[in-house]
Amino acid sequence: MSIIIDRVKCFGCVGLMGEARCTKACPGDLILLNEEIRAELREPRDCWDCMACVKACPATAIECRLAYVVADYRAALAPKVRDNQIEWTVTDQAGNKETFILDTQNP
Amino acid sequence: MIEALNGQTENLTADVLIIGGGTAGCMAAVEIKENNPELDVLIVEKADIERSGCLAAGMNAINLYLHPGETPDSFVKFARREAVGVLREDLVHSLAKEVNNVVHRVEGWGLPILKDEDGTPAKRGRWNLKIMGERLKPIIAEAAETSGARILNRVNVISLLKEGGRVVGASGLGVRDGKFYSITAKATIVTTGGASGIYRPNNPGSAHHKIWYSPFNTGAGYAMGLRAGAEMTSFEMRFVALRTKDSIAPTGTLALGYNAPQVNAKGERYMQKRFSGVGGEGAPTCYRVYGPIREIQEGRGPCYMDTTHLDDKQVKNLKTDYLNMYPDLVLYWAANHIDPATEPIELGATEPYIVGGHCQSGYWIDVGRRTTTPGLYAAGDVAGGAPYKFVSGCWAEAVIAARSAVEDIEGQPMPQVSEHYTTGLRESAIRPFCHWEMRGDGILPAEMEERLQKVMDEYAGGASVFYELNDERLDRCLEQLDRLKEQQEFLAARDPHELMLAHEVIDRILVAEAVTRHLLHRKETRWPGFQTRLDYPKRDDTNWLKFVNSRLDPTTEIFEMVERPMVDLETLEGAPVSMGWPG
Ligand SMILES: Cc1cc2nc3c(=O)[nH]c(=O)nc-3n(C[C@H](O)[C@H](O)[C@H](O)COP(=O)(O)OP(=O)(O)OC[C@H]3O[C@@H](n4cnc5c(N)ncnc54)[C@H](O)[C@@H]3O)c2cc1C
Repeated sequence: MSIIIDRVKCFGCVGLMGEARCTKACPGDLILLNEEIRAELREPRDCWDCMACVKACPATAIECRLAYVVADYRAALAPKVRDNQIEWTVTDQAGNKETFILDTQNP
Repeated sequence: MIEALNGQTENLTADVLIIGGGTAGCMAAVEIKENNPELDVLIVEKADIERSGCLAAGMNAINLYLHPGETPDSFVKFARREAVGVLREDLVHSLAKEVNNVVHRVEGWGLPILKDEDGTPAKRGRWNLKIMGERLKPIIAEAAETSGARILNRVNVISLLKEGGRVVGASGLGVRDGKFYSITAKATIVTTGGASGIYRPNNPGSAHHKIWYSPFNTGAGYAMGLRAGAEMTSFEMRFVALRTKDSIAPTGTLALGYNAPQVNAKGERYMQKRFSGVGGEGAPTCYRVYGPIREIQEGRGPCYMDTTHLDDKQVKNLKTDYLNMYPDLVLYWAANHIDPATEPIELGATEPYIVGGHCQSGYWIDVGRRTTTPGLYAAGDVAGGAPYKFVSGCWAEAVIAARSAVEDIEGQPMPQVSEHYTTGLRESAIRPFCHWEMRGDGILPAEMEERLQKVMDEYAGGASVFYELNDERLDRCLEQLDRLKEQQEFLAARDPHELMLAHEVIDRILVAEAVTRHLLHRKETRWPGFQTRLDYPKRDDTNWLKFVNSRLDPTTEIFEMVERPMVDLETLEGAPVSMGWPG
């Protein structure tokens, strides 16, 4: 498991391709746009936790949450994608934060 | 609703059709367009090439690269030992010759490769180099897009088209609209990756896809090849991966990047203690997973990779490495209060995967990556005989397959298929959907998948039985798989996405049968951990230093098995390996 989509933050970023960033990114075709043009996860248990959608979301509306069967409630890992770099912030249960800024592409 | 119900077919043609736009598929497209920009190349991908396949989350290392001093021959020698003697040295050698070129080509597209001060790529182990590969897949996808290849995303390929003994394209269904496609092509390259989901996964229920290999690579390429009569090899060399327990992240990063040894619950370095005869910590991959399996069986588990020698800076680097490839491990550590500097990382062995890039299950191919079925080429995880090729070897194979295809199609006319033939394929493709429409009942793909995985786990050596095998349980497995095959007529799919899942489980069942038959055939234990026979516990080089191959008989559709001799470069002396089915 899986991702949690913030219904308020998601604005249904349907671009020229008629597709939202997250629905395009998912390697398992697991995200769809509902009637209100908001992202919705088809089947939480089928998610691979690859975070492709989390990185792609322009509204930071998607959070990756590990299944409780393997991980305690609750920690967070949030990427911010920039040109040629990604910034990751990991927050442990106690609220301690650690940040990583990593290259992703040669300029 | 699904569009194919109205009886329509979208007919497409291409000079070269590429099935699966993963890392190998995209590379093949680029190579063809660079060779001959005039050729019309079409990639058909069930996801979207931007993040599809194994590379969805990224990658932190390229696991096959010839550093200064290494040669294709030295790699062949290494691979021979890793594969415990059985491998296609011609294939391994040919891809090793290409591997540095393709790596630097991808670097030229923008992939950051970490360098030493003198500018040479930083080593991580003998054959590996370190990359900042979070965007590796988007980088390769962009190269495929700018090459001029056409890309058809979100279409799941189901069958190869055949005409007069040749493969002449493929057919499939849109995974969102259920539109039926029939694509004819002069050459078809299959690059659909390997197969996960054949065995019951380590984690239950809501975490069932917390697995190492991509859960969306479901063995489609193997299954469509088998159904088209192609010969396959080495399905019994399953890949059981040594991974971090529960989070199932690769451990090569810990072993090669951070010198973390394996230790058991008593603090013993069991690989040194009990497996020094086969190389200890540096033993072939199968032994490195067999080691901890045995420790746990014999009451010395849990087992760990000892990271407690790391300082804070190294731990930060370690987390960086995982963020580039497997970010949720960092989340897992944060959630479960795990600090690798103060506690060792617990290990686990995964359920078996079928994968030609780590092990060597897949199509039996010639050095040009031609399969035994004319018109069809294979590269990457779906191609057999060349273990330890990893991401860069998959690119190398893609380049080789692309060149062969370009060469072979010169002067060839565009093939034709009859409408009657494609109508039949369309009807069988949408059957699970029609079943649901008519009955509102049936077996859902998820249910059949769960049953398959239970059967394979219990009878064909899954994790719950410590991967151990014997003839009688394998026979029982085949009986159960027959039942599943009979039940396929009741498969039901309620929408186009679920129809894709239905085809995935149909493919997985066929792959499972191939795996079981191969396991039954090899009466020795060649790869402990991957293939542990309780009834034939010893390695038998006199009788079994050879390949186990199979195909479906084209008329009866029953599995036939054949043994093929081991292919070593010296005795081969440039002569081609046999591609024809004997008799
Ligand atoms: C988690 C993980 C980490 C890894 N890390 C490394 C590493 O650090 N270094 C390294 O060298 N190697 C690594 N590997 C191995 C490497 O990623 C694979 O060997 C390689 O990606 C295989 O390439 P491929 O093109 O054969 O398969 P993939 O790249 O997986 O592509 C297969 C493609 O086919 C598509 N497809 C499948 N079925 C169909 C169908 N029926 N119709 C249409 N399309 C279909 C899939 O969606 C996918 O896009 C890793 C693998 C995994 C799973």
